[in-house]
Amino acid sequence: MIIMENTVFTPADFKSDQAVRWCPGCGDHAILNTLHKAMAALGVAPHMTAVISGIGCSSRLPYYMNTFGFHTIHGRAAAIATGYKTAHPEMTVWQISGDGDGLAIGGNHFIHAVRRNVDINIILFNNKIYGLTKGQYSPTSARGFVSKSSPYGTVEDPFIPAELVFGARGNFFGRSIDVELEISRDLFVAAARHKGTSVVEVLQNCVIFNNGIHSAITDREYRADRTILLRHGEKMLFGKNMDKGLVRDGFLLKAVTVGEDGYTLDDVLVHDAHTPSNFLHQQLAMMDGQTLPLALGVIRDVEAPTYDESVAAQVDEVRARKGFTTLRDMILAGETWEVK
Amino acid sequence: MENTQVKTLDRVVVRFSGDSGDGMQLAGNIFTNVSAGLGNQVSTFPDYPAEIRAPQGSLGGVSGFQVSVGTGVHTPGDACDVLVAMNAAALKQNHRFLKPGGVIIVDIDSFRESDLKKAQYATDRPFEELGIKAQIVEVPVTTMTKAALADSGLDNKSVMKCRNIFALGLVCWLFDRPLEAARHMLRNKFAKKPAVFEANAKVLEAGYNYGNNIHASVTTYKIETADPKPGIYTDINGNTATAWGLIMASEKCGRPLFLGSYPITPATDILHELAKRKDLGVKACQMEDEISGVCSAIGAAFAGNLAVTSTSGPGLALKSEGIGLAVMAELPLVVIDVQRGGPSTGLPTKTEQTDLMQALYGRNGESPVAVVAPATPTDCFTMAFEACRIAIEHMTPVILLSDAFIGNGASAWRVPDADEYPAIKSCEVPADMLAAGDWRPYVRTASLSRYWPVAGTPGATHRLGGLEKNADTGAISNDPANHEKMVLLRREKIARIADDIPSLEVLGDADADTLLIGWGGTYGHLRTAANELCAAGHPVAFAHFRYINPLPANTADIMARYKRIIVAELNTGMFADYLQAKFPGKNLLRINKIQGQPFSVGELVEKTVKLMEE
Repeated sequence: MIIMENTVFTPADFKSDQAVRWCPGCGDHAILNTLHKAMAALGVAPHMTAVISGIGCSSRLPYYMNTFGFHTIHGRAAAIATGYKTAHPEMTVWQISGDGDGLAIGGNHFIHAVRRNVDINIILFNNKIYGLTKGQYSPTSARGFVSKSSPYGTVEDPFIPAELVFGARGNFFGRSIDVELEISRDLFVAAARHKGTSVVEVLQNCVIFNNGIHSAITDREYRADRTILLRHGEKMLFGKNMDKGLVRDGFLLKAVTVGEDGYTLDDVLVHDAHTPSNFLHQQLAMMDGQTLPLALGVIRDVEAPTYDESVAAQVDEVRARKGFTTLRDMILAGETWEVK
Repeated sequence: MENTQVKTLDRVVVRFSGDSGDGMQLAGNIFTNVSAGLGNQVSTFPDYPAEIRAPQGSLGGVSGFQVSVGTGVHTPGDACDVLVAMNAAALKQNHRFLKPGGVIIVDIDSFRESDLKKAQYATDRPFEELGIKAQIVEVPVTTMTKAALADSGLDNKSVMKCRNIFALGLVCWLFDRPLEAARHMLRNKFAKKPAVFEANAKVLEAGYNYGNNIHASVTTYKIETADPKPGIYTDINGNTATAWGLIMASEKCGRPLFLGSYPITPATDILHELAKRKDLGVKACQMEDEISGVCSAIGAAFAGNLAVTSTSGPGLALKSEGIGLAVMAELPLVVIDVQRGGPSTGLPTKTEQTDLMQALYGRNGESPVAVVAPATPTDCFTMAFEACRIAIEHMTPVILLSDAFIGNGASAWRVPDADEYPAIKSCEVPADMLAAGDWRPYVRTASLSRYWPVAGTPGATHRLGGLEKNADTGAISNDPANHEKMVLLRREKIARIADDIPSLEVLGDADADTLLIGWGGTYGHLRTAANELCAAGHPVAFAHFRYINPLPANTADIMARYKRIIVAELNTGMFADYLQAKFPGKNLLRINKIQGQPFSVGELVEKTVKLMEE
C-alpha cells in the first residue's frame, strides 16, 4: 500500500459521477458513504485503489467509486481480486460481495482467498437474502426462513460468515452494522491497514425484501445490550451503562454484570486481537446477540505472510539466484546443440 | 556380426512400450534427443494411459512412446520399424503398430506364465497367438540388467528400474547412436542421485554391448541426417513451446506474464513449465479451480499484465463465463486449450480437435473471440506468441487450440534470436488524451481496440464490468441502439484482425484440381500425405489453417480456385461446417476421425484418393 503522507484526500475524491441506484432506505448507501470516508482517512490515492465486485445489489458499488473498479461476474470477485493484487501488489484492493455472491456461488473462491491470505479487503454485505433477483433465501438465512424460493421455510442451516473465515484460517475478521457509521469507518481502515485478507462482515438491511432481518439485535432500543464493540487492549464491556462484561466460564464465555454475583472489573476479559491463537476470537465471533452480545469491531487481526508478497519475493529470489535476463539465456543454459 | 544386414533409411520409427512404470517415456526421450543431436529431424508421440499406475503387467497399464527420426520427418510415423516390448502386455497392445519387415525386441524374462496370464493370452505361445511374423529378438533384459548391477549395492526395486535403459542401450546399438550423449542426459536426469546415474550408465553400456555381441540375424539401420538451418537447437515438446512463446511475448510487450491455471491433462505441463519460469519473472499461480484460473488472469489483465490461463476442453467449458467477461470488458486474455478426447471426461490422454465449436461459440450472447491453432509442436511457440500479440494489440481474448498430440509431441527446434519476433505494441492511453481528461474506457483506436491503462496510472481510474456500456461515455447503458452498436463493434474488431495476420499459403501442387484442407495439430500427417499423393500421381494442393477466427483474408480466393475441396480433421466435421457456413457456394468433402488417435498418413492418402475418384 502506498500511503501519500502529504496528500489529504476528502471523501469526495473517491466518489464517481454516477447516480447511485440502490433503493431508497437501502443499507448500502450508508456503507458506500462510510467507505468513501474510510478511504479518505486511509490516505491512499484513488489511482492506487481498486474496487472489485461480483454480482448482486452490493456489487454495483464500484461504479460509485472514482478508483479503478471492476464489476465482474457472479461469485468470482475473490478470484479476480487475487489475480489483480498478485499482478500488481502496490495497489490497495477492495472486494465487495454479498452473502449470496461471496458465500454461495463464490464460496470456493472466498475460502481460498482467505486461506492464501491475499492482501485484499473483503467487505461482505450480509442481508441474508437475494435482493437483485427479488427475494430468495441465501446461505446465511436461518433454518425455516420463508422466502419466494422457500415458501414452506428452508430446511438447511446457514453459514455463519465468521465461522467460515476461521475455518479457512483467516487472520482478520471484523463486524459492523450498516448504520454504525463510525464503527464501520474505523473497521474499514483497520482492514485496509492489515496485511493479508481482511474480511469485514457488515449486517446490512434490505428494506424491500428482508426489512428488519437484523433488528432484534440492531434496533436502537436493544443495540447497546445485544452488541459489544471490541477494541484491542480494552476491557470487553457493553450495555447502556457499560456495566456488563464478558468473563471466562470454563472454556466458554459468559456475560455478567460488574458488581453483581461477585464479579468485579478485574474479572472482565481484555480483548487481544493480535494473539495468534484464534480460540477466543472464534468464541467472540460466534456470539449471536442472544445470550451473549454480538461482537462488533476488529475481532481478529494477526500478521501472517501474504500470498502476493510471497509470490513476488519468490520471483525475486529465484531470478537473483539463476541470473537469467531473457528466455534465450535460460534456454541456452539447458540441453542444446549447435548446427553449423 | 556376420548375420547383420545394414539398411540405410531416410527415416525410421521406433516405438518403446512397457508398463506405465517402466520408464518408456524417459528411454524414448533420450533416444529422441540423441538423434536430434546427431542432426536427425525428430517427431515424437507419447501414448500413455489415463491411469497413473494400472496393475503391473496388465493391458490397461501399457505406456508407449513412438519417435520418428531422419529426414523429411513431419510426423511420428504411422507404424514403427522397431518395436520394443518390455512385457507380454506391451507386445499384445503394440504389435499392430509394427511395419511389415520390422523388428521386435522383447524382454523375454517378462513372458513367464504369470505374465501371459496377466496380459490375457489364451495360450503359452504369445508370438504365434498374435500371428507375428516379424523378426523377434528375444533378449533377457531383466536377467542382463540384474547381472550388470550385481555388485552395485542397489536394492532389487532400483535395479528393476534400470531395465528401460538396457533397452535404450540396445536400441542405440541398433541405430548406431554413440552412447556419450545418452550418458550425458542420464547424468543430468540423475544429478542428485549419483548412484542411480552410475547404475544406469552401466546398464546403458551393457545393453549396447549385448547388441554388439549377439549372434542373431538382425537388421541394423543407418539413418540419413537432415541439413538444418545453422543455429542453436534444443528438443522441445508442444506444451513447453507454448509456455516459452508466452514468455517471448512478455519480453516483446514489456508487460509481466501472469498465468492462472488448474491442473488438467494434457495441459498441465504448461503450468509446470511456467511455474519453473519464476526465474524469468513469471507469476504462475495454481488456483482453486478452472474458473478462478481464468478469473485471476482477468484480474491480472485489468491490472496491466499479459494474462494467460491454460486448460483442456472440460476446463474451457468452466471458463466460458469468464471469457465472456473479458469479451465485454475488452481485456487482453490468452486462453490455451490443449484439446483431448471428449465429451465430458472423455479420453483425457488422447488427442482430438473437438473443441473448435466450443472455442468459437461456447459463450452466452454475441461474444466473438479470436481463435488460433498451432500446427506442430514447435509451432506452439510461434502461435502462443501470436495469441499474445493479437490479444494485446486488439484487446480481446484469444483462444489457442493446441491438442494432446502436438502438446506432448516433440521435435528439434532452433532457438530464435532475440530479433526474430516483432515488438508487441500494447494500446497505452495517449498521454495527451489522459492529461486533457478526454479518455473514456471505450474510446477506440483505428483497429477498434480499447486502450489499456496499467493499474496505478494517475488519471486513468475507470470502471469496467460485465454490464453493457455506453460506447462514448463508458457508463452503464441499457439503450437498445447502443447495445446493438457495441455488439457490432466487438464483432468488427475481431473481423479486422484479418488485416493483421499472414495470408493462407498453398503447399503441394497448387495447380491441382483438389485442395486438401486441415487446421491445427494435424499438419504433419496432412503435409506428408499431400507429398505422398503428389508423388504417387494424385496431385493435390494443401492449405493448412493456423488462424481460425478470423480466417486469413485470402481464404475465399484460394477456395474459389479448386474444383474439389476436402477438409480433414479429428472430429465429425466442425471446421468443414464453419467453412461451409462462411462459403456456402462450395461443397466441401470431408475426412474425419474420432478415435482419440492422430491421423495416419496411410489412411489420409487412401481416403483422399477415394474422394478424388468419386
